[in-house]
Amino acid sequence: MKTAFSTLALLRPERPDEALALLRDGPLTPIAGGTDLYVALNAGLCPSRRFVDLSRLKAWRGIAATKDGGLRIGALTTFAQIRDDKRVARALPALCAAAREIGGVQIQNRATVGGNLANASPAADSAPVLLAADAELELASTAGVRRVPLGEFFVAYRHTALRADELIQAVLIPPQPGPSFFRKVGTRAANAISKVVFAGVRAARPRIALGSVGPVPLRAKRAEAALAAGADLESAVDALQQDIAPIDDLRSTAEYRRFVAAGLLRQFWQQTGGRRPAPSRRR
Amino acid sequence: MRFTLNGKPVELKVAPMRRLLDVLREDCGLTGTKEGCGEGECGACTVLLDGAPVNSCLVPVAQAEGTKVTTIEGLRGHTKLQQAFVTEGGAQCGICTPGFLLAASTLPRAASLEAVKQGLAGNLCRCTGYAGIYRSVAVARGGARAAPKPKPAARAKATPRAKTKPKARSAAARRSR
Repeated sequence: MKTAFSTLALLRPERPDEALALLRDGPLTPIAGGTDLYVALNAGLCPSRRFVDLSRLKAWRGIAATKDGGLRIGALTTFAQIRDDKRVARALPALCAAAREIGGVQIQNRATVGGNLANASPAADSAPVLLAADAELELASTAGVRRVPLGEFFVAYRHTALRADELIQAVLIPPQPGPSFFRKVGTRAANAISKVVFAGVRAARPRIALGSVGPVPLRAKRAEAALAAGADLESAVDALQQDIAPIDDLRSTAEYRRFVAAGLLRQFWQQTGGRRPAPSRRR
Repeated sequence: MRFTLNGKPVELKVAPMRRLLDVLREDCGLTGTKEGCGEGECGACTVLLDGAPVNSCLVPVAQAEGTKVTTIEGLRGHTKLQQAFVTEGGAQCGICTPGFLLAASTLPRAASLEAVKQGLAGNLCRCTGYAGIYRSVAVARGGARAAPKPKPAARAKATPRAKTKPKARSAAARRSR
């Protein structure tokens, strides 16, 4: 049953410090693009009664180059902005590819990268790319800002390292050591929750991450180690099966997900393994 | 709260978390915007927020404050597109049509068929299949038909037409990723 929308309260701060102060005095549920939250509200599955709207915090929206040659993406940046950004296309093309397949255009125009990560769905489409990119998050509260590697952010099924008084302020992407790869397998590309999401960055020590194959989006550490040690591809595929723990659910089966994950690792390795040197990652 | 609705300023007293969809339909009386899935999948509730298509079932009305909202009732300058949906079989039951028209109205003029498919991927149609819709968009631009039109012979009689329909649909489903 739908939530009684008329009875919900919404606070609308103009600046990050106001938002953080409100959150400290909470409890409040943050809303940015609303594309996940309203699905829950429409289904009557969100118990929160008081919300804080982050959409006016302009300082947290936008993409900038960092001094080290990486990128800083404000948490409120939409996937439409990421999809169309030339700097992202140069620095981490797999992130543009992921943004293009996150929902339809209507979702991309509203959904934010911070929201996708904070929701911590195991199927979050942006999470594997950002995990493979070794991204870090800036988590802000009235006490200050702390940096947390994305690899330590997803704690358990839909649970993150974010405290109730904290908000994701930005995503930091370091310069990438090689070409990136993204592939989502679902019933269709847009507007389908993934059966398996796969992302990789090809380098001497390759970085591989997957979604929808465990309780959280995860790095495939055993497969990475096998490939870094020069093992053949099929040994890495075997190692990958140890990294993931897929389940049967309404979208797919554990068996099919294992099969697809193996295929995607092969595809990643073959497509990024050309003799051409990795394209320059510097701007 | 205030926003611009189909070119006219409106001022409403509404609870901030009510859905833009409900405010448009119930408070503004604009029922052209439809509710489909309530999950952001089907695009039936698409409106333009400052010119960009969004799912109005996922937008708290407070976030529309100060914006320009365009619903199907306010779509201007796309007569050709609307006409093409009629002549090319882009509409059948009509529930999805307002959303498709609004989303299609924002596509760049030179968009390729692939770009049209991507741009309309957030809108679902359960009647026509997508071939007629892509064809409508192409014809509205005066370009070549994106997908072949069913043969006149097949269209003339009701029975053969019904037979060809599922075929056209599965072909479109194969093409749309």
